[in-house]
Amino acid sequence: MRTITIDPITRLEGHGKIEIFLNDEGEVNNVYFQVPELRGFEKFCEGRPVEELPAIVAKICGVCPGCHHMASGKAVDAVFGVEPPPTAKKLRELFYMAHFVHSHTAHFYALAAPDFVVGPYAPPSKRNILGVIEKVGKEIGTEVIKQRRLAQEIQALLGGHQTFVVMNIPGGVRKGLSELERDDIIDKAKGFVEFAKFTLKIFEDFVLKNNEYIDIILNGPYTLKLHSMGLVDANNKVNFYDGKVRVVDSEGKELYKYSPVEYLDYVAEHVEPWSYLKFPYLKKIGWKGFVEGQNSGIYHATPLSRLNAADGMATPLAQKEYERMYSTLGGKPVHAILAMHWARLIELLYSAERCLELAMDPDITGKELRSPLGPIPGEGVGIVEAQRGTLTHHYWTDEKGMVTKVNIIVGTTNNHAAICMSIKKAAQGLIKKGVEVNNGILNMIEMAFRAYDPCFSCATHCFPGQMPMILEIREANGELIQRLIRD
Amino acid sequence: MEGSKPKLKLAIYWAAACGGCCVSVLDVHEKLFDVIAAADLVFWPIALDIKYEDVEQMPDNHIDVTLFNGAVRNSENEHMAKLLRRKSIILVAYGSCSHLGGIPGLANFSTKEEIFRRIYEESESTINPEKIKPLPQFEVKEGILNLPVFYNDVRALAQVVDVDYFLPGCPPQSERLLEVFAAIVSGVELPPKGSVIGAETKAQCDECTREKTENKRIKKFYRPWEISDDGVTCFMEQGVLCMGPATRAGCGWRCIKGNAPCRGCYGPTPGVTDPGTKMMSAIASIIDEKEPEEISRVLEDVVDPAGLFYRFSLPVSLIRRKLS
Repeated sequence: MRTITIDPITRLEGHGKIEIFLNDEGEVNNVYFQVPELRGFEKFCEGRPVEELPAIVAKICGVCPGCHHMASGKAVDAVFGVEPPPTAKKLRELFYMAHFVHSHTAHFYALAAPDFVVGPYAPPSKRNILGVIEKVGKEIGTEVIKQRRLAQEIQALLGGHQTFVVMNIPGGVRKGLSELERDDIIDKAKGFVEFAKFTLKIFEDFVLKNNEYIDIILNGPYTLKLHSMGLVDANNKVNFYDGKVRVVDSEGKELYKYSPVEYLDYVAEHVEPWSYLKFPYLKKIGWKGFVEGQNSGIYHATPLSRLNAADGMATPLAQKEYERMYSTLGGKPVHAILAMHWARLIELLYSAERCLELAMDPDITGKELRSPLGPIPGEGVGIVEAQRGTLTHHYWTDEKGMVTKVNIIVGTTNNHAAICMSIKKAAQGLIKKGVEVNNGILNMIEMAFRAYDPCFSCATHCFPGQMPMILEIREANGELIQRLIRD
Repeated sequence: MEGSKPKLKLAIYWAAACGGCCVSVLDVHEKLFDVIAAADLVFWPIALDIKYEDVEQMPDNHIDVTLFNGAVRNSENEHMAKLLRRKSIILVAYGSCSHLGGIPGLANFSTKEEIFRRIYEESESTINPEKIKPLPQFEVKEGILNLPVFYNDVRALAQVVDVDYFLPGCPPQSERLLEVFAAIVSGVELPPKGSVIGAETKAQCDECTREKTENKRIKKFYRPWEISDDGVTCFMEQGVLCMGPATRAGCGWRCIKGNAPCRGCYGPTPGVTDPGTKMMSAIASIIDEKEPEEISRVLEDVVDPAGLFYRFSLPVSLIRRKLS
């Protein structure tokens, strides 16, 4: 038996590693995707005053700190048994839409676009953001950087700092919005809408008009039949900040719809000794191992699953794109994981439209920023959709609001099992007896997990994008047969 | 390139980090083009495709400057710290985790066993009757799988390797990074080894944007949610604990501008070895009581003092870690 280690420089970079075991026929026997890191936030948040948690847990991830800040802020509200006033809620959501604009923009242009705009078979030295800029022109590159900067500026204005926001306080927010500041956000948000439309146009020109890519998306070894999870509003439309968690099965039928406080009835986590990251699954179905399909407990929580789990988008332009995606890809649910890139851009458009909607809402400049607090019930759950999946924070405190226990299920963690299976499927589809394993194949395997979120954000604290890879093919006795470096 | 001096070779790496330091580099925004014009990024996993092998095979001192962010939590982090130390002329501890241990350093309040037990056994959503835990080496039916070793405690970079400079902040202000970068590129004489760069020598309070009366005294400390912050007055004078007195300036008062008190990410001011001691004297000097019993009554309002004073610096503090 041979072993292939696809090591995204794990021992060096240290955040993700793939082991592929081949059988004697040279075909893939099994694949393990390992997460080699743990920091232990759940433990060291114990003993802290609960109001400090939104700022502390933001440090779980510098790529999506706003998500942790929001889930935590909501959990803390619940610990105090309060709901923030309408202005505070809308300010939080406004911040959150700017956070999505920043993150989805960075993701598409820096991490996903290199594979499609530059091309999956392009020389790896060109397959990065600079290669994308070279292809689309510096003018567009500058525009991308500018739009992301404007989104960061909105976050800094509302939250103190563009990355590690300090916005939330129990029962509300620390800072309001003046009318002048509001007008500036309206201008920026109008620009976001245009920019999102432009980005979808790039996607159309470079991907949808290329039959080869469409074939890879639909017929490549990238399809995984799983249940889909996502937060929805009262009309079952996609919502990132608030609502109920809806799960539809692999055939698109609603399985569950639950409130944040009920999450423990629906989601459980499995432990394997070969990864520091746990494997969430649907509790009522149970852990059935790494299998796909209707009887499996494995689900995904991604841009695509959010669209699958909802009945549509709450803003008009995004809804039109939503309909177009499903009619192009053959109806709901879509299981082609590379369609996640498209779904992510539809979410970008939704975030931009929603940002504008909120900025124009008369409540947004309201003066009532905090709700009065009473006795502390001492337990609370907060759920938001992070860019990389449903994010759950659950806190327990004593009667003074000092933290006694914390449980967190992070966005990307939801997808741990799905990522493992996608990599295995891609490897099985691409590594065959008599086929030379070359750099192109390595990148095609890499594309399998990049679709979920090349950032791996909070779960692995990894920001790979273009991860260098070393692939070693060894005999069972460890003898090196072939060594490939994807440079 | 007109055949003049070669471009600066720059590397950026993270260890036990969140990615926020790398985002702070991206947050130079349009100036990123200037950085790329002045320096070759020879290693930066966030954006560029540079190989593991490349770094291993670089001659020693091949990299001019490495910005190392993240704390040292496991065996991989340590391996990388040592490797990049060898390959770099200037090694900069970039950001709070690398400088002081940072937020992940709060894990030193717990032991490794307690952390594992909470996450893999006690967690309410985890179903693990066999009490399985991740192992550094595990044999599956197809072969052997390895994981890095999770250490007993978190260390700052200088507790593992020799560090040339410290650039503080969680994350460092992008403007400070650009200033430091411009200084290095221009070839001016750099400060002595071991210096804190990209920050000021004064305390946060010295130039804070909030108003201070200087002689105000208080009889009670409040949790931030117990008062209605007026958005103008010094937090300490409103009775809300703020790490400003013990913290180095340079961040641009970004949390303060968001109406939140300072939590000390820029680390202690020069000459202060322990922020806890400094904060205790700041607290003592603002309490409006003379009798020891009265003072201790006021001090009872200070909840979780260790978690506040050492929010970003536990691994380098006098306490450092829980022993058992």
